[in-house]
Amino acid sequence: MKPEEIREKDKDIHAFLEVFDEPKTYGEGPLSGKTIAIKDNFLFEGHKASAGSKILENFTAPYDSTVVKKLKEAGATIVGRTNMDEFAMGSSTENSAYGVTRNPHDLERVPGGSSGGSAAALAAGLCDMSLGSDTGGSIRQPAAFCGVVGLKPTYGRVSRNGLIALASSLDQIGPFTKTVTDAEILYNVIKGEDPLDSTTINDETYPVQKKFDKTIGVPREFVEKEGVSEEVRKNLDEAIEKFESLGYNVVDIKLETLAYALAAYYIIMPAEASSNLARFDGVKYGLHKDGENSIDDYFKTRGEGFGRETRRRVILGTYVLSSGYYDAYYGQALDAKRAITEELRRAFRSVDLILTPTTPTPAFKFGEKSSPLEMYLADIFTVHANISGCPAISIPSGKVGNLPLGIELTADLGREDNLFTAGKDFMGE
Amino acid sequence: MDKDKVLDLAKLSRIEIGEDEAEKLSHEFETIIRYVGEVKEVEKNNKEEVDKEDFPVRNVMREDAEPHESGIYTEKILSEAPSREGQFIKVKKIL
Repeated sequence: MKPEEIREKDKDIHAFLEVFDEPKTYGEGPLSGKTIAIKDNFLFEGHKASAGSKILENFTAPYDSTVVKKLKEAGATIVGRTNMDEFAMGSSTENSAYGVTRNPHDLERVPGGSSGGSAAALAAGLCDMSLGSDTGGSIRQPAAFCGVVGLKPTYGRVSRNGLIALASSLDQIGPFTKTVTDAEILYNVIKGEDPLDSTTINDETYPVQKKFDKTIGVPREFVEKEGVSEEVRKNLDEAIEKFESLGYNVVDIKLETLAYALAAYYIIMPAEASSNLARFDGVKYGLHKDGENSIDDYFKTRGEGFGRETRRRVILGTYVLSSGYYDAYYGQALDAKRAITEELRRAFRSVDLILTPTTPTPAFKFGEKSSPLEMYLADIFTVHANISGCPAISIPSGKVGNLPLGIELTADLGREDNLFTAGKDFMGE
Repeated sequence: MDKDKVLDLAKLSRIEIGEDEAEKLSHEFETIIRYVGEVKEVEKNNKEEVDKEDFPVRNVMREDAEPHESGIYTEKILSEAPSREGQFIKVKKIL
């Protein structure tokens, strides 16, 4: 598809912030002939990268992120950068400084977020594959809302060198694709150890705990919470039946700590964001607003450059890290993180996968979530994977009317292979 | 949490916000903080010792050697600075 054609088809959706005029192909490999869209927080040398923020409106990447380098070597053609919630803070792409992205299945509804542009671009057929980043569900939730496959690999599997950071102990890069087979292909291209990201892992980092024998655990008690729509519950039951008909053994499991994952997440994420975003000061790059003196420059630049949700999270992060509250919030959240990870890893000694819905409801309408907390609850089924580092995938599992739904499979640390096996079985690939 | 507390936190965060926003945030924070406060329950319910072996913490170091050729990135990086003078980033007088 020519750039003009992508732009024309994207008019009503606004998945792209920029469609490149002359997309180039660099190498040759497993992605030859494939067009790929990247989220606006990936550095691609010579191109803008604004992370959906005014504060980086005119920032041009001075180098390639490791992932972009790998895409080039694998023969991919990068066609453009996609819209996102500012600094990946959001679950609807309504927080972008450059306007909203619309869900290709229903233009009155959100595509999910924060990687809403990447999910919508793929769902609308504007690219063959796309990339996003996932800090609390930002790949899986929009994948579910847009009816595509979305994978968050194990923490450390993909290098974040050159990714504009949100919360560094949770961030991970992953693919959006039409099929699980494609997700595996793109995953294999982008994964790997990188001296420029010291958190990257290798195949020996997590020794295998259990041999795959098609056992799936469903944390019933957790899934049947209030706020989970009837359609979503029904869809999950259908997915369970389908897995059983495919020879899977589906069992109920109890995961008591899961209920605390979202609370821990909304402490750790703003805390780390407040620290990561300290670099945007109007001095080194990006927006600069002039004040009366040097410190006033910071106040003005950050006050005007950051959007409402970003200001909210940075200030909240400052609170939970401040003296007198640190132990009560951040310290407790880290304890919860350990407890959740331990319980999940224990569960993975008896089951290969944990199955939940990806989202509590199908895609919601613009402006429907009136308070920040209501919006935060959209991440209820996805944050555990970031808190524990475990890999998780969202797979299309049917529709309510014209709105797609997704189911989510989570695997033990390092066991993306189980996600691909079960995902392909489910999709009939 | 009141408006003044939020204004103080905004100051610590180096973000200029108005009184109205501070007022609104103070109410939003009340709700959010009540919710995230639930995290304290997890310990009460899960006293089990965490197996430290499952969480390998690795410190990754590299040799302080083999630097790249001096100056090859200077122009690219400086060209992004809002204000510069020659090879330097320009800021206002501090003292």
